[in-house]
Amino acid sequence: MKGKKTLTFMLMDAPFENARTTTAMRLIDIAARRGYDINVFAYEGAVYLPFAAQKQHANAVHGRDVVQEDHPLPREWVEAVVQEAAKNGGRVDWVNCGLCVDERGAADAVAGVRRGSPADFWKMATSSDNTLVIATK
Amino acid sequence: MTDYLMIESRDPFDSSDVANFLALAEGLSKAGHKVTLFLVQNGVLPARHGARSAPLAALAGNGVEVLADDFSLRERGISADRLIPGIQAAPLDTVVDRLADGCKALWH
Repeated sequence: MKGKKTLTFMLMDAPFENARTTTAMRLIDIAARRGYDINVFAYEGAVYLPFAAQKQHANAVHGRDVVQEDHPLPREWVEAVVQEAAKNGGRVDWVNCGLCVDERGAADAVAGVRRGSPADFWKMATSSDNTLVIATK
Repeated sequence: MTDYLMIESRDPFDSSDVANFLALAEGLSKAGHKVTLFLVQNGVLPARHGARSAPLAALAGNGVEVLADDFSLRERGISADRLIPGIQAAPLDTVVDRLADGCKALWH
């Protein structure tokens, strides 16, 4: 394993919409398994990634109930990477853009998520070994 | 010389500006920089033999390291033996490795 690093990711996509979210969470998961310190700045629709009110649903078209459908929830992915990083000696500092949260009524987030502003992204980027911005199309 | 990590998530059938991203990779390489182009999501589609694979083959032949996310390939049923010469399948860990190494990273 390489030495401990700090990586910052900016995410902008809302959940359930684009493969970029899956790839972003895969990257964060890899970093968490390495015990890196990880900063995430969630901007625009991405503030809904840790939205606590996300719920699984059945799939009537395919005749599956809630348990059978087992629909993935991004809020669980956020919780999982926070736990994974902590387990490996790292941490995830997940900041939701406050204005984006207010616009969307997305204040109800899972544990480990805090409110911030784009200035936090600048601080994260300047204190990290590297930064990856995953912008919307 | 600077190390660049360029991540292409789009496919040229859907996004015409993929050509601009590849041109940037070529330009950086010709300017003497070390460039890795990492294909992910639908970005792996032109890594197969096909109508839009020539630009990637040209990049690979001109000093750009071209890698394709093995997970994205499996999702799309593309086996490693269907990749054009010069492109290698690689895990997404490669991106985290390069980020940790301090490469300048661009996502498209």
